[in-house]
Amino acid sequence: MSGDPLDALLGFVAGARRAGVPASPDRVQAFARALCEVGDVYWTGRLTLCGSHEDIAHFDAAYRAWRQGVDGERPSVTGPPSTPRKLVVPFGVDGGAEGDGRGSDDVAAYASRHELLRTRDLAEMSTVERDEVRRLLALLRPVTPSRPGRRRTAYPRGEVDPKRTLRSTLRALGEPARLARRHRRDRPRRLVLLIDVSGSMAPYADALLRFAHAAVRHRPQSTEVFTLGTRLTRVTRALRTSDPEAALTAAGSAILDWSGGTRLGDGLAAFVTRYAHPGLARRATVVVFSDGWERGDTALLAQAAARLRRLVHKLVWVSPHRGKPGFAPTAGGLVAVLPHLDALVAGHSLEALAELVDTLQER
Amino acid sequence: MFSSPEALGQALTEVGYLADDGLATAGFLALRLHRPVFLEGEAGVGKTAFAQAIATATGTPLIRLQCYEGLDAAQALYDWDFARQILHLRAMEASGGASDPKSLEAGLYDRRFLVARPLLQALESAPCVLLIDEVDRADDEFEAYLLELLADWAVTIPEVGRVVATTPPIVVVTSNRTREVHDALKRRCLYHWVDHPDQAREVAILRLRLPSVAEGLANQVAAATARLRELDLVKPPGVAEAIDWAQALHALGATAVNPALAASTLGAVLKVREDLDRVRPKLPVLLES
Repeated sequence: MSGDPLDALLGFVAGARRAGVPASPDRVQAFARALCEVGDVYWTGRLTLCGSHEDIAHFDAAYRAWRQGVDGERPSVTGPPSTPRKLVVPFGVDGGAEGDGRGSDDVAAYASRHELLRTRDLAEMSTVERDEVRRLLALLRPVTPSRPGRRRTAYPRGEVDPKRTLRSTLRALGEPARLARRHRRDRPRRLVLLIDVSGSMAPYADALLRFAHAAVRHRPQSTEVFTLGTRLTRVTRALRTSDPEAALTAAGSAILDWSGGTRLGDGLAAFVTRYAHPGLARRATVVVFSDGWERGDTALLAQAAARLRRLVHKLVWVSPHRGKPGFAPTAGGLVAVLPHLDALVAGHSLEALAELVDTLQER
Repeated sequence: MFSSPEALGQALTEVGYLADDGLATAGFLALRLHRPVFLEGEAGVGKTAFAQAIATATGTPLIRLQCYEGLDAAQALYDWDFARQILHLRAMEASGGASDPKSLEAGLYDRRFLVARPLLQALESAPCVLLIDEVDRADDEFEAYLLELLADWAVTIPEVGRVVATTPPIVVVTSNRTREVHDALKRRCLYHWVDHPDQAREVAILRLRLPSVAEGLANQVAAATARLRELDLVKPPGVAEAIDWAQALHALGATAVNPALAASTLGAVLKVREDLDRVRPKLPVLLES
């Protein structure tokens, strides 16, 4: 480390930032101050620059790269470059035939096409239809009904609120005043979405992530989104960006197992152990988007679903095949989880997703 | 007070808490920079115990705020004792001392009618250790109260004025990650992820916390606990469970574990039925040295 120590420090910070550590200016200031107190770059950096468990792996990578730079001859400090991956999700066969159909001024035709679009399978759309569906998806408001909260607020009816009654008595200089009342304020029930992004679900992944984005945008604090493939990824934070395109790109670069194999049982079990059991899904409505295609052992999947059912308020399974004529739950995974579900609904078209929104609103 | 993280680690060991380098550094920086420590990790890895240990090591009182859903300022910060205020008012009336409304009103909002809740207590009795336990259980609105408090070490009570801490308290915030805590709060803190200890450290912790337990027993318990954690259980045992288990075995007069003893005390270390069912048949293998 030659030259100005501050330059070296800022170089390290830049590397950490490139590796994905949220090294905001105030965090960097804290880092510099901590470094004056304790000379240990690793621990002071990790304590001040990281903000979550996921950040630690990024930080460790940046630190290793920086150590190599310091120990070797390389003058500049570089972390592993993280190129934001462009989200490319196949959306099925590109029809393209209706490409300039939009030029038509015929309102009736447009309306009927609109109707058609609502029921069209998301996997079989042309580019133009897809763009329109994307716009319509952004208009959905997937919300859960509220649940009774613990916090009480003033209300004209309900139990007597001793504190506010006393306060008004106090204001009237001790004369007994009107009884103030309060009730329990309702709170939004948490909504947890688990989206299967394995190969067999690939045609629906983009639409489902947009559905999830609409949910997160509507209720950022009470919605959580995970993707399931060969691994479990929490994408809630990526989806909090208000612009759908930016949010999807961010989510896309967070998901490393696009269109891979399905290890649904492992993924769901990991979700239960790491998130649901510690408390994330307690009292929540959990929606799993998957065709139930399981390559591994379905017993594990059944066990995970059973455990999940005991933790949550409501477990809804969305299978794109549910809406197709002649559907019977034959996919091994789906048969295994069926006894533990509150509802099995379709999610293959815009209309089906709109119906899902209604299902979620039922208590 | 402490010259280095190592000195703090030493002091924590003396009060029965074995901190690793990261945690000792976090504690040291919290003391020096007056920054709160934000601890995340599995349940039972010693997040709460760290706050207790640091309070004992620094010889300051520990003030604990257990967070829960619906927690609000009246329960966390301060509250007026309305019943006593009314009594005071009536007493003044009865004694005829209520001639001057202004002084009467000032008397009503006297400090003695203010009930200090943990956060205000911490400001008033600093130096102290303030433990804000399981902050993820509180509503996210509650974090906003903390932001103001942790930035200025002060709260404003409209009727009384601003209460400022003479010395900033040492603040330890813990979370079990049931929801993501706001970045605004985390940014003000030193973030540390507390991992399960490795086997050697676990033995050291058991020996430190339970000096009367036989060394062989402590070794066996630590080894078995480490293997249990690799089994991908619903609730892997934390340090707290390992200590409970060793204590239970010790209470039965054991100096070494055998499968029968382990089976009868397994409830001290595993608390989920599925885990118990899975582990029971594997006990002889788990206890092999």
